[in-house]
Parts: sequence; C-alpha cells; structure tokens
Amino acid sequence: MLRLFPAAALFVLLAPVAAGLAGILLPAFGYLPTLGHDDVSLEPFRQLFAMPGLARSALLSFGTGLATTAIAFAVVILFVAGWRGTRLFRTLEGLVSPLLSVPHAAAAFGLLFLIAPAGFLVRLVSPELTGWERPPDLLIVQDRLGLAMSFGLIIKEIPFLLLMTLAALPQARVAEMERMTAALGYGRVVGFMHGVLPALYRQVRLAVLAVLAYATSVVDVAIILGPTTPAPLAVRVLDWRNDPDLGGHLLAGAGAVLQIGVTGAAILAWLAGERACGALARVIAKTGWRATADSWLRGLSAGLIILSAATILAGIALLGLWSIAGPWRFPDALPAAVSLATWMRVGPGLLGPLRDTLLLAVSTSFAAVALALGALEREARLGRAAAGRGLRLLYIPLLVPQVAFLFGLQILFSWLGLDGAFPAMLLSHLVFVFPYVFLSLSDPWWSWDPHYGQLTRALGHGPSFVFWRVRLPMLARPVLTAAALGFAVSIGLYLPTLLIGGGRWPTITTETLALASGGDRKIAGATALLQALLPFLGFAAAAVITSVLFRNRRALRSSG
Amino acid sequence: MRFLFALLLSLIIAVPIARAETSDPSNWNAVLSQAKGQTVYFHAWGGEARINDYIEWAGKTVEDRFGVRVTHVKVSDTAEVVSRVLTDKAAGRSEGGKVDLVWINGENFAAMKREGLLQPAAWATKLPNYRFVDVANKPSVERDFTVPVDGLEAPWGMAKLVFFHDEARFQKPPASAASLGRWISENPGRFTYPQPPDFSGTTFLKQLLVELTPNPAALQAPATDENFPAAVAPLFAWLDAAHPNFWRSARAFPRDYGGLRQLLADGEIDIAFAFNPADASSAIANGELPDTVRSFVFPAGTLGNTHFVAIPFNAAAAAGAMVFADFLLSPEAQARKEDAAIWGDPTVLAVDKLPLEDVTRFAAVERGIATLRPEELGPVLAEPHPSWVERIETEWARRYGVIQ
Repeated sequence: MLRLFPAAALFVLLAPVAAGLAGILLPAFGYLPTLGHDDVSLEPFRQLFAMPGLARSALLSFGTGLATTAIAFAVVILFVAGWRGTRLFRTLEGLVSPLLSVPHAAAAFGLLFLIAPAGFLVRLVSPELTGWERPPDLLIVQDRLGLAMSFGLIIKEIPFLLLMTLAALPQARVAEMERMTAALGYGRVVGFMHGVLPALYRQVRLAVLAVLAYATSVVDVAIILGPTTPAPLAVRVLDWRNDPDLGGHLLAGAGAVLQIGVTGAAILAWLAGERACGALARVIAKTGWRATADSWLRGLSAGLIILSAATILAGIALLGLWSIAGPWRFPDALPAAVSLATWMRVGPGLLGPLRDTLLLAVSTSFAAVALALGALEREARLGRAAAGRGLRLLYIPLLVPQVAFLFGLQILFSWLGLDGAFPAMLLSHLVFVFPYVFLSLSDPWWSWDPHYGQLTRALGHGPSFVFWRVRLPMLARPVLTAAALGFAVSIGLYLPTLLIGGGRWPTITTETLALASGGDRKIAGATALLQALLPFLGFAAAAVITSVLFRNRRALRSSG
Repeated sequence: MRFLFALLLSLIIAVPIARAETSDPSNWNAVLSQAKGQTVYFHAWGGEARINDYIEWAGKTVEDRFGVRVTHVKVSDTAEVVSRVLTDKAAGRSEGGKVDLVWINGENFAAMKREGLLQPAAWATKLPNYRFVDVANKPSVERDFTVPVDGLEAPWGMAKLVFFHDEARFQKPPASAASLGRWISENPGRFTYPQPPDFSGTTFLKQLLVELTPNPAALQAPATDENFPAAVAPLFAWLDAAHPNFWRSARAFPRDYGGLRQLLADGEIDIAFAFNPADASSAIANGELPDTVRSFVFPAGTLGNTHFVAIPFNAAAAAGAMVFADFLLSPEAQARKEDAAIWGDPTVLAVDKLPLEDVTRFAAVERGIATLRPEELGPVLAEPHPSWVERIETEWARRYGVIQ
C-alpha cells in the first residue's frame, strides 16, 4: 500500500500538466475537430504575431518577472545576511507565515486601495498638503512599465522566498561560516555572501525559479494593478480565449505556447545571470574586499523588508476599513460614517462560497499532507536519504505557466464529464498545493533524528508503529504548518477554480473577483478581507492544535 | 506505467449519464412536470448587489411555486460563459452541461448562435408569458443587434445608454457626440470609457459611430472591407482628437463598467455612462455616488437594446431553465424589476395590454431620484450589426491598444 504513494504523488503532479499541455498544443497548431478546425496549420501563430503590441506584452512579462524576482531575492538575502540571529529576525520569522498566507489578489487589492491616485495615501495628505480637491491625473496604477504590478508581486514574493530560505538555512551550516568569515575580518553581509550563499542558493534555487515562473505568467495581480495598453501576455491570452470573435481557443493556444517560451526564456536568462554573478563573486573574493562598514546596507535591508510587510498589513487594514465604511468621498482621510451594511448585504451570499472554499481547501491540504507523508515514509523505509531525485519533478507544475495547461485540462475534464465534479477540483488544486506542502515538510522530515526510530524498533515495534506513534507526533508542528500552508495556497487559487469548476464551485476568491467587477470598493473590500483572513485561520488553528497536543510534552513544545 | 493508467482510470468514477432533454414549451404542463426538482444554474453577471438580490428573490419564488431550484453563478464577464460552453462543444459534451441559463445579448449572443452553442429549436416565443411582450414597439426583442433572435433567447429587460454626471460639479451636460468632444477639450482628464473589447466600452464607440458616420443605414447591414474605412473614419477622427485630453491621456483605460463608475465616485472623471437607466439611482442608494448625480441623454437619441436569457445546447436542466425564464417574463417579476428600489431595469412587456391588476402594479413602480422618466429617455437608436463591432475592436486595438 505504501508503495503506491510516491507514484501517486508523481501522478498528481505530472499527469494534469501533461494532459493540459497536450490540450493546448493541438489547438495551437489549428487542430480542434469538434469546433470544425480539421487541418493542422500555422494559422493561429500567424494570427498571434499579427496582434498589436505582442512583443511589448511579451517583453513586459519577461522584464517584470526577472526584475521582481531579482529584487525580492536580493532583499531577502540581504536581510538574512545582515540580521540572522537578531530579535528583529525572529520577529519577522514569526510574521512570515501570516504574510505568506494572504492571497495574491487580496494583497493586490490592498495595495490598489493604498497607492492609487484616489487611494488612502493621497487622501491622507489631501487637501491639506497638496491642495488637491480631486484625485490627480497620475498614471500610478496601470502604469506602462508595470511598476505598480511589480511592487505588488515583490511584496508577496518576499515572504515566500524568506520562508524557503529559512527552511534551507539549517543545511548551510550558517553559524560556523559566520564565525569563520567574522574571524577573517569580513563584514556580516559580504561574509555571508561568500561563505553561506553558495551552499544556501543550491537549496533555494528551484524555489526562486518557481517564483520567476509565476511572476512571468501572473494573471490576477496583473488584472488589478498591471498596464492595459498593452496588458501582460498571460492576461491577453485569457482575454483571447474568452472572446470567440478574436480567435478563441486557437489563438489562446498559440498564445499559451508563446507564454511558455517567455517563461522559459526568463528562466534561461536567470541561469545565465547566476553564472555571471558567480564569476563576479569569484573576482571579488580574490580582491579580498572586506566591506566592514556595512551598517547602511543592513539598515537598508531591514527597512525594505519592514516596508514590504507593512504594505501588506496596511493593505489588509484598508480592506477592512472599506468594508465597514459608509459613504467615503475623496479627499476625506476617513469614512464619513461607519456601518455594517456592506457585511449584512454581502454576508449571507458568501456563506455558500465560504463553505465550498473550506471544503476544498481542507480536503486538498489533507490529501496533500497524506500524500507527502506517504511518499516520504516510503523513501525513509527504502533507506534513501534526502531525495534530490524526485525534487526537481516536484517543481514542474510551478514552472509551467498556469494559463498554459489549465485550458487543456478544462477540455480534458469536460470530455470526461468531470468538470465541476469534486475529484476534478481536488486534483486541479492538488497540482498546485502539493509542491508547497512537500517542500515545507521534507526538510523537517529528513532532519528528524533516526535514532528515535531505531530505539523504538529495538524495543520490538514495527515500522508502522514508528511512523504513527513516534515520528508523526514528534513532527506534528511541521506537519500542521505544512497543512496550513496547503490550506492557504488552495484558498488563493483563482484560475483553476474558475476554469475547472464550471461555475459549480464558487469560492471566496472567485466571488471576490466577480463582485469586484461591479466597482463598489466596499464590497470588494469585504470579500477580499475575508479572502485574506481565511488562511490566517488555518495557521492559527495549527498553532492551537500544536499547543493542545503538546500540553504535556515540554521537550516537544520548546524544541519546535 | 500500468500503475499510472490504473490510477487514471480510477479517477473516472462518475461520468454523468444525463438524459437527453427534449423540452417543448408548447406542452407547458409537460415542461412543468419535467422541471420539478431540477436545479437551474443561472450564469449571470454578479457585479451589482441589487441585481444579485433580485435574482435571489426570483429563484426563491420559482422554488416555492414550481419546485425548481435556481443557483446564481456570478460571473465577471459573460464572455467567460460563452467560452465555457464552447469548451464543452470542443470536448464533445453534448449533454449534462454546467450552464443551464445565461444572461446575454449582443455580440455574445451572435457568437453563441453562430457557433451553434444554443438550444437548436425556438423556445422563447412559445413561453406562456411571451404573449405580453411588446414586440410592436420594441423591435429589439426580436432582433438582437440586428441578428434575428428566432426564439433562441427570451427577452428580460430593456437597456438604454444613459450618461450621468454630478450636478454639483457642473450644470449643462453635452448634448451630442460633437458637443461631448468640445466638452472634453475644455475639461481635460475628466472623461474616459472602459477599454474595448469590454461591452460598455464598445457600446460607447458604437454610439459615437451611429452619430458620426455619414450613412447610418449602412450600419444595419454587415460591414465589408469596402464600406468599413469610410464609415468609421469620423469615429476615429473624433477619438484621435479627444484622446490626448482623456483621463490619464488615454494611456490607460478602466477595465470594465465597474471601474468607470468607481472613477466617477472618486471624482476622477465627471461623466460616466451605463446601460441601465436606474444605475445612478442604484449607486446613490448604495452610498457610492453623491445624491447630486443625475442622468442625461442626447436629445437626438442614444443606443438602446434588449437583454435576454438563453439556454445552451447542452443544458442539463433545460425544462427548469424555461420555467425560470417564463417567470422572469411574468408581469409580477417585470414590475418588481422595474422598481428602482429593487433594480430599476425597464420592462419588455407591453404594459397597456396587460390585465388591469398588472397595469396598476406597474403604475405604482418607483423610478428613483436620478432616473429619467420613460418619456424623458429620448429616441432609441438601433444597434449596428455585430460585424461592425468586431472590426472596430480590432481597429481600436491596432490604433490605441499599444501606447508607445
């Protein structure tokens, strides 16, 4: 029975992606017989390249993807380098999970309400300081370079990269390295870069590439904050698919193939950048530059990380404020009246989506954790050490752009008659949730001291006993954290729920974007706030359960 | 490998075996009994809370009276629903579709009709309540953007393009496309429209086209390569002149109607427009807009059309959908819909031909503080043929879709 788990895990990850890709490759080359397109041709690609501003869209996706990933990674590494082991670091370590759990769309809405010309920051200073009675005509959000969109991506990427870096730190023997580089006279930051980063980067590299792939193909943040003339490539692919006049499935298929190309090019460019940085680092190392006066750099990194965390929190607070606001005209800094009318109006209608969201998220995280634990236990029993082998395959669903394979998957499920059915929803969510759960679980799993297991076996128990009664309880905290992470990821999924659900699975996320199309900020604020708070409940539940489980186990409580 | 196949097969556990629905509304009793116990998934735009509330009321009433459950699937864009049904057709799903009824009109209807995505036989004209529909005075209930309806969709409400502005900011609104152009040059940064191919954006472009084109009658026929450039030249000349003075200098556009209304609410723009004459009153009641906002139309006329509900070819609950569509056409539901406190959407029925109790029902309807009375709405300009819209969208994207 346990033998099935690794294969099942691989199946969950790879089969949907493969099926989905097949489903767009055929239409991309003009073959969709059920809609009357019988001959294979390059016509969709001809149509694609005739689209105005295509190069601009592709370049926008490519550029913002690379820039946001580079900046987010730099900020995270500088922060870890400069502040590891300090109280500030521990505080932010605690904040990472809640920040991470805020879905992208909610964070984007929060940022929108904050920085738009009619947003909170401008209202704070108008009309006293600026003299503006009406919002200024400034292209802040939807700017052509995608800066607002990039900012929205960076503030969400930083918590994720921080989490991955924190998980990888134990392997990189940081303390020893820091002592050595300090003894050699290096400043904290440069010492970290030379000593720890090479080993650390090897561990987090795939996570960084996953972030890069997401940033080049993001849809919901791009719709909320991104440029419109032209929009980034993934948004345009979605629009083409929804417009039968403009070409529909065929053009969208060709566009999805191009999107894969853009993401692939970004990944290659990043890999080339790695080489360049490596060469540069070697040159710098030879010069012996100690950079002891790095306190300004430490201050800068702390400032940037605090800024990104504060932005997310401020955004959520604003969502809350809008949800309880009465009429709130520009340039008032605060609403004229406070009322629960919006919640009363929207609340009852959200109960159904709330139930569906929770059902889907709980089942998905449960299934993902079970699958991950099963696969890891199987590896453990076979005596393999931390498996690097399967790890790369794990990232495939995260490296392929969502728009690329979700269309094909939708066609497949529709053909099977399964669209909108619970197993299809579960599988499509699992594809995205499982990698995060597995990654979050595998390091704590392999760093568990195997002597406990040996001792238990020596006392006469079987391997199942070891798993259920010794290993699992000792790893309860990481398991619950991984479950909470899976829960959070599932809640934030938009395109999979929308496309595979067939309208039968309205979740809080799909409702937020549907209601936001009406333009009432109060309603958008209420639903986005709910969307932002739900994952947080998952982490809170994990913490509560852990403390209840360990109430009589002091050693487990303190080691954590 | 065998193993993976086993797993794949094990996933195909519940392929639904749907009955072929052949519901003929001429035999209404059979339809009613077939519909009883069905659940109708009504895919309709969910951006306006008041409309969502109305649909919920209609659903509850139909459940109480006919045993048909209605679930409102909120969509942000009807084109998504068309895409979903098209995907079903692409996958060969001719039964058990996820969409039973869709709120639709215009280009989306034309697309569904063209691709064969609707119920093949005419059903709407056979509904019992269809006899009250005002076919004589509202020609758009039979020709949706010049495309013959052929009973493939049931009329639901009337739409008319109305503009609205805040009277506290300025008093004399422009009265035509030309005067709007002058107003824009005098008030830079205070006007915009949603980016095509959004429905409301293309509607504004059509309004300009109908007013500015040299030969309006040509718009009722399909656009061709020969007549297109000359017909749209004045439209694009107007846009070229006006765009530099637009909101954000036309470097960005709001994404949809909701975005446009929010700009008016924030005071970023001074004029907005909507398809529902009671929309401004709705927004005032919501607290979104100040109560000094008023609607206005162009005296020479603005575009008007009908919006419908349609049943896709593979609907699982076609009978239930017909029962619900018939209820939406009933005088009771139409009068409640016209009430500005509820929704404010004009009726498709011929009120003067209704039974007396229904006539009084309509007479008692509240219109709303910012809503123009029916006699003030002005002439209705006919919608152009959908082929004009496709070409205009493509041409617009070419000219303004990419800002250098």
